[in-house]
Amino acid sequence: MSTEKPKVAFYWCASCGGCEEAVIDLAEDILKVVEAVDIVFWPVALDFKKKDVEAMKDGSIAVSFINGAVRLSEQEEMVKLLRQKSGLVVAFGSCSHLGGIPGLGNFWNKETIFRRAYLTTPSTDNPDGTVPLEKTEVDGKELTLPRFYDTVYTLDQVIDVDYYLPGCAPPPDLIMNALQAILEGKLPPKGAVLSPNKSLCDDCKRNESKPEKLTIKEIKRPWEVELDPEKCFLAQGVICMGPATRTGCGERCIEANMPCRGCFGPTDQVIDQGAKFLSSLASILDTDDEKEIEKIVDTIVDPAGTFYRFSLPSSIFRRRRMEDIK
Amino acid sequence: MTNNKRITIDPITRLEGHGKIEIFLDDKGDVERAFLQIPELRGFEQFAVGRPAEEMPRITPRICGVCPTAHHMASTKTLDDLFHVEPTPTGRMIRELIYNAFQFEDHTLHFFFLGGPDFVVGPQAPAGDRNILGVIGKVGLEIGGKVIRARREAREIINYLGGKIIHPVCGLPGGVSKALDEEHRVQFLDSAKFIVEFSQFALQIFDDIVLKNKEYVDIVVGDAYQIKTYYMGLVDEKNKVNFYDGDIRVVEPEGKEFAKFKARDYLDHISEHVEPWTYVKFPFLKNIGWKGFVEGKDSGVYRVAPLARLNASDGMATPLAQEHYEKMYEVLGEKPSHHTLAFHWARLIEALQASESMVQLLENKDILDPNIRNIPTETPTEGVGVVEAPRGTLFHHYKTDEKGIITEANLIVATVNNAAAINMSIEKAAKALIKGGKVTEGLLNMTEMAFRAYDPCHACGTHALPGDMPLVIKIYDKDRELVKQLKK
Repeated sequence: MSTEKPKVAFYWCASCGGCEEAVIDLAEDILKVVEAVDIVFWPVALDFKKKDVEAMKDGSIAVSFINGAVRLSEQEEMVKLLRQKSGLVVAFGSCSHLGGIPGLGNFWNKETIFRRAYLTTPSTDNPDGTVPLEKTEVDGKELTLPRFYDTVYTLDQVIDVDYYLPGCAPPPDLIMNALQAILEGKLPPKGAVLSPNKSLCDDCKRNESKPEKLTIKEIKRPWEVELDPEKCFLAQGVICMGPATRTGCGERCIEANMPCRGCFGPTDQVIDQGAKFLSSLASILDTDDEKEIEKIVDTIVDPAGTFYRFSLPSSIFRRRRMEDIK
Repeated sequence: MTNNKRITIDPITRLEGHGKIEIFLDDKGDVERAFLQIPELRGFEQFAVGRPAEEMPRITPRICGVCPTAHHMASTKTLDDLFHVEPTPTGRMIRELIYNAFQFEDHTLHFFFLGGPDFVVGPQAPAGDRNILGVIGKVGLEIGGKVIRARREAREIINYLGGKIIHPVCGLPGGVSKALDEEHRVQFLDSAKFIVEFSQFALQIFDDIVLKNKEYVDIVVGDAYQIKTYYMGLVDEKNKVNFYDGDIRVVEPEGKEFAKFKARDYLDHISEHVEPWTYVKFPFLKNIGWKGFVEGKDSGVYRVAPLARLNASDGMATPLAQEHYEKMYEVLGEKPSHHTLAFHWARLIEALQASESMVQLLENKDILDPNIRNIPTETPTEGVGVVEAPRGTLFHHYKTDEKGIITEANLIVATVNNAAAINMSIEKAAKALIKGGKVTEGLLNMTEMAFRAYDPCHACGTHALPGDMPLVIKIYDKDRELVKQLKK
């Protein structure tokens, strides 16, 4: 034990477990990683507890990979602790990077989410109006649950983040590249998103089918039309988030003949993915007539939930105004 | 260490997030109650509102990254119902191919990586050996290679047709987005044939290692792991197990058919109970009622997932799987079987049916037809979609406005159906092993095995690496002072 291996931690917040699957999907490569590092914390896989982390020296974990958005008090406490103990923190996957799908919860708040889940869903049988509580007594036995916040936060809204690994879930090649860069100390500038800084359209096979000057007259929904498996989706009038989305995913959704929904977030030059898409869209509408523009825009259903599908908590709005929620 | 003790097992693993078990002892030091708490909620039913219906198959898989294909398919079927459109025959075949490939690979993951190692390597083996590496050590490297190959090839089918293995995207109302070509049909058929062989071989391993070992069989049929409940599962028109489609059938603890209904009528049969100490709800049979965490015919508690599906059916849909189905009930001696650990066996029999179904689908050249989707023409209204996820019956239910924008969503997620039963199984194992305030070390293994048999989503990545399930039992006295800690 002359040379100490770098210590690595994995943690999950509000997420689906797909990021853990992505790590397990490294298959044979995961064993190489396990050989090169010392995993000191990974609740899904290894038996180390919060108090083990508390006992570590500050900064003694070389890197913590944290997936999931922050929605519960327990998650906030844990990521703050990991920040204190870690040299580097990597936001792993769309949820910690941008808020992800759970970030759509920012259209609502705790009260409306609880009301739906525990009171108004048609299968719920709850005559007493019971809802989960942070503290309950059952026959004199006290049970506790972590606090549920009104707002979903990205990781960097709660702690300082060094790098971002994008994707829902991040693809294996990007995960391996990131691990190698960290192990070899070949680190990009702090704050970097570890995927090429260009738009998905630049790498998309369908780019060639995009006309010189792309113009559209109406928006079609994917269920309404035959989807041409070779033609640019925008050229077919179908919303594809490619122009506002960073590349590096391998265009996996497009390979399955479905348009991009933006899980990689925007490129470095863009602050707000939804606003960027809106400006791309505006530039391809084939009219200058205001009335007609209005008509076309009316055919876009759920612009907020589509343009910010994965990025609402990281957008300049962050959330719907609380006073607007009924 | 006299009275009012609390034992905490944290984190047991996660369903939707982490799980925590709290065990309370009475004055005599015997178990009074056990609680499995799920401290996680994300609110999908609420934030679905306002989304275009066709996006739901791309949103709901994020409920679970381990079984995203189940949510994707339940959601896609809900769209069929909602838009009043049937998938084309080929669209349906492609969906069924993806779904059977998924069922196979997920069940195999569980048996070889997660729950199975308890058996294959042995419940008494050192914890560090009870993982995939230990399995390979016991059954040989060549077999380990086969496990990896079979899963990889099944996952490749989903990746090709679904776009992404973690969160597929191909489902649309009336069919799928991508067709299959001859070159891939031939390649996938080869894979499927190998997968059938592999599934038979997995059952042979179960036979050699578990069934030929009296000690293991005694554990399987022992009292600590037995609870008597209703069982639910999808069946085809001949009451055979079906993962993708069919009617929902419920049988009584004695085996008599209790109900058989269409997905659309689920609200007539299932309700969910809310407890203040966990974020998860507890489904029960509406026509029996919620009587608490109790077993038997008078309690509305039911179980889902592999053994429950076999219990709720009259047999398997494919010939090789049917042979094993008959053998299983012969060995277990009763149908329905209430032995929680037999879920492992049923899981392998289901993996075999899924493999055989893949071959059947790929041998039929109709699967190459380019007509993969019927485009809806009617106004969307309301839809219900049900599939058998690896972990049980999964319900999606959406209502929309005339533009197909979601106005209401209700989800009953597979593992949640088992939530009450999992609580009861844990309590039963705890009661069998904690007496007079004495906690035996075996409690760790037993609780873990009772829990893991259900394969609750994330039952978990634990065996994928050297190491095992993160379990700690802490025993507190009445002043909450830690008096003892067991750890593995």
